Parts: sequence; C-alpha cells; structure tokens
Amino acid sequence: MADLEVSATVAKRGLDVAFGVAAGEVLAVVGPNGAGKSTTAAVIAGLLGGDRVQVRVGNRTLTDTERGVFVPVHERRVGVLLQDPLLFPHLSVLGNVLFAVGRGAQARRCALRWLEQVGAGELAGRKPGELSGGQAQRVALARALAADPDVLLLDEPLAGLDVAAAAAIRAELRTVLSGDDRAGLLITHDLLDVLGLADRVMVLEEGRIADVGSVTDVLAAPRSRFGARLAGVNAVRGVIDGAAVLRSASHAWHGVPTVALASGADAVAVFSPTAVAVFRDQPHGSPRNSVFVGITALELAGGVVRVRAAELAGGVATLAADITPEAVADIGLSVGDCVWFTVKTQEVSLHAATRPGAAGR
Amino acid sequence: MKPARVSTPALSRWVYAPAFAAALFLALPLFAMAAKVDWTRFGSLITSPSARTALLLSMRTATASTLLCVLLGVPLALVLARHGGRVARLLRPLILLPLVLPPVVGGIALLYVFGRLGLLGHYLEALGVRVAFTTTAVVLAQTFVSLPFLVIALEGAARTAGTDYDMVAATLGARPATIFWRVTLPLLAPGLLSGAVLAFARALGEFGATLTFAGSREGVTRTLPLEIYLQREADPEAAVALSILLIVVAAVVVIGLGARRLSGWSPPVGAGG
Repeated sequence: MADLEVSATVAKRGLDVAFGVAAGEVLAVVGPNGAGKSTTAAVIAGLLGGDRVQVRVGNRTLTDTERGVFVPVHERRVGVLLQDPLLFPHLSVLGNVLFAVGRGAQARRCALRWLEQVGAGELAGRKPGELSGGQAQRVALARALAADPDVLLLDEPLAGLDVAAAAAIRAELRTVLSGDDRAGLLITHDLLDVLGLADRVMVLEEGRIADVGSVTDVLAAPRSRFGARLAGVNAVRGVIDGAAVLRSASHAWHGVPTVALASGADAVAVFSPTAVAVFRDQPHGSPRNSVFVGITALELAGGVVRVRAAELAGGVATLAADITPEAVADIGLSVGDCVWFTVKTQEVSLHAATRPGAAGR
Repeated sequence: MKPARVSTPALSRWVYAPAFAAALFLALPLFAMAAKVDWTRFGSLITSPSARTALLLSMRTATASTLLCVLLGVPLALVLARHGGRVARLLRPLILLPLVLPPVVGGIALLYVFGRLGLLGHYLEALGVRVAFTTTAVVLAQTFVSLPFLVIALEGAARTAGTDYDMVAATLGARPATIFWRVTLPLLAPGLLSGAVLAFARALGEFGATLTFAGSREGVTRTLPLEIYLQREADPEAAVALSILLIVVAAVVVIGLGARRLSGWSPPVGAGG
C-alpha cells in the first residue's frame, strides 16, 4: 500500500490545501460546516476536479490538472463510507459485498469473510431494508473494504447512529483501520472519533489548513479556533507584539511564551475555560487580560456551567468560561448579557501559529 | 399509515359533491355502454374474423411500440434527469409537445417525415423501403404518442433515485456500463414498469395518428380502435362489444401490471432509513 498526497485548489469552493496521509495512518479532518472537508474528500475520490489539483497514491497519479491526468472514479481504488450507508436496496447484504469483489466461489468466500470481520456475518441473507442503521453501516464498511481500496474516505460515518451503535462501529473501525496499511481520511465533528480512530488531526477553516499535528499535540495546544473548541480550550490568534504579548484584532493578551517568539510572528494564545473569571463590571487589579464579551450560550456539563461568549468592541474571538452554577446565580447571568472575561497572565500560554515541521507532511 | 391519516386535516364538506360528480362523469359512460351490450351475441361479435385480426394487430403493435419506447425512452429519460443544464431545458418542451398535440396532427407530421415524399421517406423510397400505410407505420405512430408518457414517468423516478448509488458503485470499482446495468436500471425498475404500462395503454388506444399515417387496411394497419370506429357505422352493437373488449384488455394490463405503482411510486430508500 502507499502514501496519499494531496494538493488542491478549488476556487469555486474556496479550497486551498496540501497535505499527506501515510500508508496505515488515519488523518482526522475537522472543521466548521463549509470549511471544505467534504470538498477535499470529493477531490480525492475523483468526484470533483479543480483549478490546480494533484492527488497521488504511492507512485500512481490519480489527478494532476497540470498534466491533464484524471483517473476515473472506478479505477482510483479510493473507497468511501458516508453517513448514509447507501446499500443497494435491490441486492441482499451478501450481494452488496459481492458487488465489490465479483462473482465466483472464491469471491463469495471473500465477501463472507469481510462480513464476519465487521460482525455482520449472520446478516448475509437479509435485504438492506431489514437492517438497523448500525447494521447497515457495518455492511457498508465490509463492502468498502472488500473492494480493497488503497485509500479509505470516511465522511462522518457514525453521525447518523445512536450512541451505542456508534460506539460499537467505532470499535469495529478501530480494529479494521489499525490492522491494515491503507491511508485513511476521517471527516468528523466528534471528538470521540478523533481520539479513538485518528493518528493525526487536521483542522480546516474557510478552505485552509488552520492546524495539523498529532492528536495529542493539537488537543493539548490548539492553534485554531475550531481545534480549540474541539479540545474544549480557548485559542486566540494574533501577532506577537513585544515580549510575551499577543495582539489580536481588539486586544493585547499577556501570557507565557512556550517557545521563543519574535516580535511580529503569528501566534496563538491558549487558555483553559476554567482559568477564566466572569465579572459584571470591569475588574481592577491583578488580571492583565480582560475582555468585554456578549454571552451567546450557557451550557451545564459535569457540574459546571460553560459560559460561551463572543468578543465585543471589534474583537472576533469566541471564548468560553467554566464557572460554578452558584456563581452564575450570584452574578445573575443569562444569554445576551454583556460581561467581562478575565484571565491571569500565567494561565495564558503563547504558541507559534504553525507547528515545527507539521505543515502538510 | 393510520396515524398519518388521523393527522391530515379533514376536507371541507362541499368538496365531496363535485368530487362525486367527477367520478360519476368518468364512470357513467362505461356503465351506459356495458348496459347497451347485446350479451347473447357478445361472444360471436368479439370473435369474428375481423375483430380477432384487429385485436391481434393491436396487441402486436402496442407491444412492439412499448419495446421501442423502452429502448429509446430509458436513455432519453436518464439524459434529461442527469443533465439539468440548457440541453434538458431545450429538449423537455419538444418531448412534451406530442402529449398535447392532437394525434391527427402527429400523424400528418409523421407523414412529412416517413411518407413517400417526406424528409426521410424520400430516401427510404429510393432504397425500396416504404413505411407509410404499413404495420411499421402503426408502430411508429403509437411510439410517437406513447414515448412522452414513458419519458416523463421515468425522468421523475430517475431524479428521485439520484446519483448517490451510482457514485458508491464507482468507488467500488464498477465501470460505467456495469453501473448502468446493475445499479441504475434496477433502481429504476418500478418507474420503468409504470412508464411502460402507461405507454402500452396509450399505444393500445391510439387512433388519430394511426389513421392519418397508416390508414385502415384490415390485418395490416386496422387496429382495434380503427375497427371500432368502422363498425360504429355498419354494426353499432359490434362496435360496443369491441369497445368493451378494448377496455377489458387495457384494464387487465394496467391493473395487473402496475396500478399500484401508478398511484404512488415511492423511490427506493437508503437502508436503515
């Protein structure tokens, strides 16, 4: 099997990315709706061209707009698993898998083996209409793998399932994906998918790669707004302005640099929601960082209230603070209120905006 | 299904009166005709040599034109369904025109294509092939008026089925031809059946275009509707008996093959949905 290498510019979808996925590796792609995740998958699958696209798997070139190469979908060996299992309704479960492997006794044995492997062996004789959502997705996985693709594109494959079925199939996917040497691309909104299935994670924002790195790195110190939201921390982008100060669109953030950062460098200030204090009136005293925000949501999770807020006065950051329910009642917070978020200097870590050696691959 | 009915708001009561009138208007002529039949002579009337010849010719030509409709209509419907662009916008009105055209006009138009001096008939004549006023002309006339029915029924079905299954089939390594035979067509089967039934029923009843383009030669172009029209002058009772026969044949085809499908074809739904 072989590495996947992608570089794609699709102007009409505002996509401009370049990245690689090693054989046997699973790259999670996360990002807000419309960030270009599915467009990226469509480019790899050959369902979409572009202005400047190169897709290579090992030494096979699948798309190269400059040389006029465009291998048709059925010759790409790129499998897909989508939210909708899309089992052919007129074929049995076994017939669906056989569609991918061909005819004959050996093909039949192969198809049955794949069904066994994903825990759907006893469903072979059923029609797709008689399956639950989870069962159908297992069969769709067996069918995709039976075609023996070099690259597997998983576009929110667990999004339509209830929690229990999703967990069971996630475990199945983990077994299958870790045991082979295909390159996997997993589009998801779910942190559990990222943690359970991916080796690395790439954050797309507005058609660009906002961050990419190992799952632990990206979650520990996210460089992007979406990555931060996924990891449950605050991240503010800006430019280093003097020692230990990051200037964002509206505000100067004082923090502790994690690496040497030159003035003018792109950087990210990261801090935990638990480090944020909430005040009605502008506080005086020690906290150097305080921003005026409008509350957009109050969520109760794990005994604390997460206050989500958007920066006011020209700022663009969306921030979160975790405070106790008592504090919420004490201050009398509700959605739409304008309050001050403050965070101490030593709670804010400043990171370079790109990871060393992690741009693309 | 029952809960859905309960949640449907009740129709205003006055709607039922015109609805009943409409149903009566459609059913009454059939009853009136059935009442007029001389049942003692019915058997001999519909088994007379000319009647048998006409019925046989009708069945043969309607079957042939339905096959022709399927062969030509399936690709056309797929092209219309898959290409939303200018081609489809220009093509669709052209295809729908025969639906609203008086069949006599259609027959005249066909003459100007396939007649001895017609656009193509001119060349066919030179090759020694004569189309007008032959059984082939009957089939062409029937196809001309039936094809739009099949295309419209099938285009809707193809649109609802979408292209997702074709896409998945391609990622599984299936070539375009394999996808057509093993995915696209099977998914269209219900729509194709209802479209073919519509086309057959329309072909069976074709009169105007056939008379104009193919004439009324016994055993060659005189189909059952033409025979009925002819007998109406000579022997009205025979005409009525043959009309009943035509209705029965059409009803058997429509009810037997696809009334269920016609009344509400539902597209195949993704598994687990």
